[in-house]
Amino acid sequence: MAKTDIGPPDFREMLPEVIKKNYGKWKYHEIVKPGVLKHVSETGDVLYTVRAGSPRLVSVDFIRDICDIADKYCDGHLRFTSRYNIEFMTPDKNKVEPLIEEVGKLGLPVGGTGKCITNVVHTQGWIHCHSAATDASAVVKAIMDELYDHFTSMKLPAQLRISLACCINMCGAVHCSDLAVVGVHTKPPKVDHEHLHALCEIPTTIASCPTGAIRRHSDKEIKSVKVREDLCMYCGNCFTVCPAMPLADPEGDGVAIYAGGKVSNARKPPMFSRLIVPYLPNNPPRWPEVVSTLKKIIGVYAEHAQEDERMGEWIQRVGWETFFRLTDIPFTEQHIDDFTHAVETYRTTTQFRW
Amino acid sequence: MGKETPMADELEKGPWPSFIKEIKRAAEKHPSANDLLKVVERSYKDKVTHWKHGGIVGVTGYGGGVIGRYSDVPEEFPSVAAFHTFRVNHPSGWFYTTKKLRQICDVWEKYGSGLTNFHGSTGDIILLGSPTENLQPCFDALSGIGFDLGGSGSVLRTPTGCVGPARCEWSCIDTLNVIYDLTMEFQDELHRPRWPYKFKIKASGCPNDCVAAIARADFTIIGTWRDSLRIDQDAVREYAEGGLNVEKLVVGKCPTGALEWDEKARELKLKPQDCVRCMHCINKMPKAVRPGLDHGATILIGGKAPILKGANLSWVLIPFIKLEPPYTEIKDLLLKIWDWWDEHGRTRERVAELIQRLGLKTFLRAVGIKPVPQMVNQPRANPYVFF
Repeated sequence: MAKTDIGPPDFREMLPEVIKKNYGKWKYHEIVKPGVLKHVSETGDVLYTVRAGSPRLVSVDFIRDICDIADKYCDGHLRFTSRYNIEFMTPDKNKVEPLIEEVGKLGLPVGGTGKCITNVVHTQGWIHCHSAATDASAVVKAIMDELYDHFTSMKLPAQLRISLACCINMCGAVHCSDLAVVGVHTKPPKVDHEHLHALCEIPTTIASCPTGAIRRHSDKEIKSVKVREDLCMYCGNCFTVCPAMPLADPEGDGVAIYAGGKVSNARKPPMFSRLIVPYLPNNPPRWPEVVSTLKKIIGVYAEHAQEDERMGEWIQRVGWETFFRLTDIPFTEQHIDDFTHAVETYRTTTQFRW
Repeated sequence: MGKETPMADELEKGPWPSFIKEIKRAAEKHPSANDLLKVVERSYKDKVTHWKHGGIVGVTGYGGGVIGRYSDVPEEFPSVAAFHTFRVNHPSGWFYTTKKLRQICDVWEKYGSGLTNFHGSTGDIILLGSPTENLQPCFDALSGIGFDLGGSGSVLRTPTGCVGPARCEWSCIDTLNVIYDLTMEFQDELHRPRWPYKFKIKASGCPNDCVAAIARADFTIIGTWRDSLRIDQDAVREYAEGGLNVEKLVVGKCPTGALEWDEKARELKLKPQDCVRCMHCINKMPKAVRPGLDHGATILIGGKAPILKGANLSWVLIPFIKLEPPYTEIKDLLLKIWDWWDEHGRTRERVAELIQRLGLKTFLRAVGIKPVPQMVNQPRANPYVFF
């Protein structure tokens, strides 16, 4: 039998020689040009990194392709960033341009550094998830086809991190992204009374609802539950514990847009992304409403934000009222929070803009 | 094939690399990848997912690491009737040798769909789509090449850390080593679910927080320093002469007014007691400003996404702790937190939600940590105080 609990490979065996030698000794870095980093060590050693975008959902042959490049130029080492970019590293300056050329031959963009839109962190969507309210890979592909130039250049006021979650479980740091695309259900679960008693524990199902919308079925003969639809905000927690409560719906499901979050502590503290557009329809294969909304927001941000101002910092400075006015996005009752941390979001000052 | 999947085919166009091309590449060798393409097309048409809820599958000795997935239209797409996923624990910092990567490719070529995520949002390598009968032999093969499963379900999820001292001058802690060490120490917690819900550990080397530890981890480790920033005045002047407006873009953006630009002396002055280590001046002038040398970490607790009672950013628990192997204090603290949470937590209640329900004070008592002002933005305003 196979060994269990051996853990991952020791990272020390994965590091290139130049990194082993300069581990913890790096002195500074510079971005030579979009997608190319130069790190300089206290020892005088230099390391160049070429960063490339990736579709993330890749075949093993894709991995073999990038391994071929790493074998040729990087002594058989490569790494991935926390946002799925691929990084090729070499101490040899003369290998940088050939590396870029080889990466280009694979159809991968070089970029993702500095004031750009780097790889979009996203979830599985219709490729693999049972609770997805939208697709992930296709929406991201459609977005990045349109915003491609922002990956390969560094012309934005600051970094702009886009993330996508295909349901409100929000796998990935979607809730703290400059722009977040979130799959949403807008219809209550349809209870499968015939199978519920066989598939689910009724008390657990009732307890799973954060708003107390799920009750025991009023007919004692029916071993099932009922949903008070006026209390349901479609979080899907009941579906996670009880498969007999599906809430996917071709017409009800769609996409919401959030903006202004970040995780970095630079300047202002980390902040959550806030609701901008409550609902846009699922419109495969290219989700044009989502793409055009993001483009519009990015355009307004690029035009108005100060240098080094992240999306959320800019919005804090000019006020949400200004954001909605400049982007021409309607403010609706859905934008006003009514969940657990709601009152923290209500304005308690007479300071605002018209 | 082209005619059957017009909407998926559309996604081969455009400059950004296409995942549909990748599915088609795998489909040349794997019938399941071919069926996956058709399932995706079907979802584009129907606007709903065609994957069924859950299903308990796994490999011997493990309670997680494999995500069960079944098609809801198995008769139409028999090759993906069962299409389970492996989460494979990545090496710290996502560094690889091509030898190791090629070994994974060979295993997955043999037992799975040939499709992967490098990586999933958990940080794991995701091997996407294997029939039930291949799960055990595939795991055995993965174990044979030195890989192990990541976390899924109510376990310690695969810990992740930033690139750290391997290739970043700002890292105040050895993120790769602390993540590797904790992963190895807590293999049982990672592989056998016994808790109310999931628990995540992430480590970033500096307050820029490249792995989003503050937003995504129940237990957040962020590198920091206690002494003063290091400033190289010659290098500052070089930036200024190179056209950087130090007054406006560095000094002007300091959140606490801790910096001053002496135009005459061409010198950047710092009031160290006012610096909150936000990283802005360092980010702007990496050659001129560096973190201090008295390195350690801030430990924060409770970061999570909205499910169920709303999203939280992690709260400061220990403002400063030295982080040296074998990380005994961190491990002891984790065990105390897990004990308390396991004892009091309800099903699907994250540790932050339990803290909210029972109070931060109760939690601090349970884990034996004394309150300090760094834990709050401000003290309470109400008079409803327990004594």
